[in-house]
Amino acid sequence: MTELRRTPLAALHERLGARMVPFAGFAMPVQYTSIVEEHRAARETAALFDVSHMGQLALEGPGAIACADRLCSRAMGTLAEGRVRYALLCNEQGGVVDDLTVYRTGNDAFLLCVNASNTEKDLAWVRSHAPAEATVRDESEAIGLLALQGPAAIAVIRALGGSALESLRRFRFARVELAGYRVLASRTGYTGADGFELYCDSADASALFEALLEAGGAHGLRPAGLGARDTLRLEAALPLYGHELDDTTSPLEAGLERFVELDRDFLGAEAIRRRQDSPDRQALVGFAVEGRGIAREGYRVLSGADTVGRVTSGAPSPTLGHAIGLAYVHPAHAAVGTKLAVEVRGRAIPVHVVETPFVSGETAGRPAR
Amino acid sequence: MADTSIPAELRYSEQDEWARAEGERVTVGITDYAQQQLGDVVFVELPEVGATLTRGETFGVIESVKAVSDLYAPVSGEVLEVNEALADAPELVNQDCYGEGWILVVRTGDLEGLLDAKGYAEHVAQRED
Repeated sequence: MTELRRTPLAALHERLGARMVPFAGFAMPVQYTSIVEEHRAARETAALFDVSHMGQLALEGPGAIACADRLCSRAMGTLAEGRVRYALLCNEQGGVVDDLTVYRTGNDAFLLCVNASNTEKDLAWVRSHAPAEATVRDESEAIGLLALQGPAAIAVIRALGGSALESLRRFRFARVELAGYRVLASRTGYTGADGFELYCDSADASALFEALLEAGGAHGLRPAGLGARDTLRLEAALPLYGHELDDTTSPLEAGLERFVELDRDFLGAEAIRRRQDSPDRQALVGFAVEGRGIAREGYRVLSGADTVGRVTSGAPSPTLGHAIGLAYVHPAHAAVGTKLAVEVRGRAIPVHVVETPFVSGETAGRPAR
Repeated sequence: MADTSIPAELRYSEQDEWARAEGERVTVGITDYAQQQLGDVVFVELPEVGATLTRGETFGVIESVKAVSDLYAPVSGEVLEVNEALADAPELVNQDCYGEGWILVVRTGDLEGLLDAKGYAEHVAQRED
């Protein structure tokens, strides 16, 4: 096995007693004390995550807009400076190269925040499609990234002198000083809760994490690991690359049509349009497990004796108190309320299709608008 | 790693189960080390009363938020009781693994091959290196 990479916070995680596990080639904290408690902190107070393993690519130059428009499933030329847009990079077959958030950092400049497991692939992908007038730089090593999530996130930000961020709306960002460190703060996240993602100099990341923990203690802030990050994003029904998305899945089948502008000519659009009518289409659905048991990734979805799909993510929902999951199923079985089963160790456990997100609005701690 | 409790009066398997003998009734559970490694226990699947366990073979599963793990029988024998409380409160395994979080009771006369506390502590220490 090759040596695991360490984020700038690895030593701090170990000092805080985190259990470290390999993830996307990095040694990352899966939990500090308890996944369930860390999950609840993000729903009820606030949780702080190190997500410095994620990749950041700077796309700049006179050709940057054309490049971003061509590669992303949503137009980026129309994205105003200071705003963020979620989109997909698709391949010629209409599969998903990666899902990402795009920051308009300047007139001719974007910052692409991508999945850690895909950073190198994305870098090569964007470079190979970039015109001569656009440059693509991997900034992942230079940038540290912390996610402060939960209803009390804003109180923690305020305590560190960031009250300028109070009026920041979702999917917007601002450059501010927090606890004396320069950060790019965006009102975004991967938990379904209110919160911020804080991009900083990687050399400052550990000190900023500690400053946040110290200021946040009074507001119920606790450090949280990838275990809670996964159960939180699942409750919010946010896809995770490698599970709901990969190079062969269509973003439409993944339920991401809101983020795919099929009337535009981006890379992969034609293939995605063609696949809409394919007879072997699947649909990503959310399901709730009835009774006990956990339907996990890879388990078969059954309708009677027939296999009609496969689970892509499954876990107990700490907020709901029962197990939930996402699965690709044949579209005939995708309607909300459809009764299905999941095969768990040879037994068919009843489940039914439910609306997603599983947890939203007030329950997810999102600010009312 | 936080400190791990290994009561001196119990016997242990290398698969991190403990056994406490009272006559031919042997209570079985998982160790503090095992529950720490698992994290939050959210589901325990147990055999029926009357089933027969075979030492070293799986007899059930224990699920944490992240993973499914097999339970391996530390002794052979007939299942006399299972801890029904775990159905509604699997977290008892985390909260009190040597007490309220017991898993089942087996009828057996044979604790042979199990480690004592010192032997199990060495076994845990080896894996932590």
